[in-house]
Amino acid sequence: MAITQLSVFLENKPGKLSETVRKISAAGINIRAMSIADTKDFGILRLIVSDAAETKRIVSEHAIVTETEVIAVRMDDQAGALSGVLDALETAQINVEYLYAFTGTKSDSAYVVLRVDNTAAAEELLGKRGFASLSDAELKAML
Amino acid sequence: MSNYYQKEIETASRDEIIRIQNEKIVRQVKRVYENVPYYRDLMDKKGVKPEDIRSIDDIKLLPFLSKADLRDAYPYGLLGTDIRNCVRIQSTSGTTGRRVVAFYTQHDIDLWEECCARAIVAAGGTNEDVCQVCYGYGLFTGGPGLNGGSHKVGCLTLPMSSGNTDRQIQFMMDLGATILCCTPSYAAYIGETLKEKGYKPTDNKLKAGIFGAEPWTEEMRRSIQESLGIKAYDIYGLTETSGPGVAFECEEQTGMHINEDHFYAEIIDPDTGEVLPEGSKGELVFTSLDKEGFPLLRYRTRDICVLSREKCSCGRTHVKMSKPMGRSDDMMIIRGVNVFPSQIETVLLKEGYDPNYQIVVDRERNNDTLDVYVELNPDQFSDKIADIQNREKSLEGAMRAMLGIGAKMHLVPPKSIARSEGKAVRVIDKRKLHD
Repeated sequence: MAITQLSVFLENKPGKLSETVRKISAAGINIRAMSIADTKDFGILRLIVSDAAETKRIVSEHAIVTETEVIAVRMDDQAGALSGVLDALETAQINVEYLYAFTGTKSDSAYVVLRVDNTAAAEELLGKRGFASLSDAELKAML
Repeated sequence: MSNYYQKEIETASRDEIIRIQNEKIVRQVKRVYENVPYYRDLMDKKGVKPEDIRSIDDIKLLPFLSKADLRDAYPYGLLGTDIRNCVRIQSTSGTTGRRVVAFYTQHDIDLWEECCARAIVAAGGTNEDVCQVCYGYGLFTGGPGLNGGSHKVGCLTLPMSSGNTDRQIQFMMDLGATILCCTPSYAAYIGETLKEKGYKPTDNKLKAGIFGAEPWTEEMRRSIQESLGIKAYDIYGLTETSGPGVAFECEEQTGMHINEDHFYAEIIDPDTGEVLPEGSKGELVFTSLDKEGFPLLRYRTRDICVLSREKCSCGRTHVKMSKPMGRSDDMMIIRGVNVFPSQIETVLLKEGYDPNYQIVVDRERNNDTLDVYVELNPDQFSDKIADIQNREKSLEGAMRAMLGIGAKMHLVPPKSIARSEGKAVRVIDKRKLHD
């Protein structure tokens, strides 16, 4: 199951990130996970939030924001867990564009957020290999 | 056929226009020689006497005036009449560091406003129109000129001045403005803001826009016409000659008719000062034929353009000037190559970008650098850094093809490039090329 990630295009300047985060926090929305990719001129802020639709509405008032489908794979919080996921993708020649991780509400679980070049194939493959991934509903229930 | 504000003169025969010019130039040179010691000295140095000027053809004997002369003579050195006859000054913004103060008698104001009225009527204006003027009012000529022209035509005039876009839009919608007068960059900004507010181009009552005071391209015209649902007309002028209305477009949109009964135009080679034959590209030089307060003779505008006497379908007989193709002084020489900002804008629009950009020129270790910052629009955004970098690379290829030199392209988020609600600061040249 894929979940919705929001990607925000921001100027690489002091204050631009805090402006976005402040607006999200003012709306009472929880940021579950995030990462930033940046160049000298701009950054792309990627967010997993408790209310994607509302966040998109708020953020699009001052920045470009788009929805991206990503896979959040659940894994045990222990050595070697990520390697199993990546090995599976490698065998199927699925390319990882980027990934980042967050811990779950239970102390022994972790999630890796993956953006791959073929989301449907990756989901199917990981499912077969016994990896559970989050749905939007499950994500919402976690928060 | 077009409507005219002053049909007789706007459609006068070539012979009639030359007759008027012959008569006016003789009188004007005499007045300037008598009243303006600064110009008398220039004429004396060149060995030209007022009696040498017997017709408009003799104008080539007269010395040029440049921006440097205006600076030297600041503020009263080029005043053409007793200060008691003057009723107004207007002034340039001084963005190039050289403020110009121009003086007007009531006669000068009237002829200026009539020229603006000709422009408004050429854009379809009548006394049934609601004309929203959002050029700056005050020292800048844009607001006062179009305001006066709008009064002369009998339009209901909305003297908005520049800025406060929300209020501009509110008046535009509530009062059903039909003609918009402002800079093209501000027109583009209004179009953008209307779209953001959820308006369609058909939601406003505008039918025409009269845009000037800064260079703009045909691509920008198309983009403004589309976003506002109007026909966009160019208008030309400069404080030195009076203000907007020296030349204006008719419905043909193929150049601007110069009001030749008041302003005589020449095209010269900017290097040698030699007058070039009709149809040549060169620097535009203006002579005020009948202004009293600030009667500049052979003023070098630094605008590069072409004049054309081809018959115009609108019926006007006055010579047409092309859109300025750049200025002989904003032309950038980068790594030895001549670059005009308008070329860069042309590439951006052709590649599907909005005309929101800034050009930064610098010099690193004796090598010129050219950086162009362009705002990405939401449809072009991708979650992947590589996609955006590929866009930059493809733009760099297109720039190189147009300019002949490389430019580093930077895509940035919308509204991250500083906008002024009047003129857009398109070029920042950080190089120190002069002392």
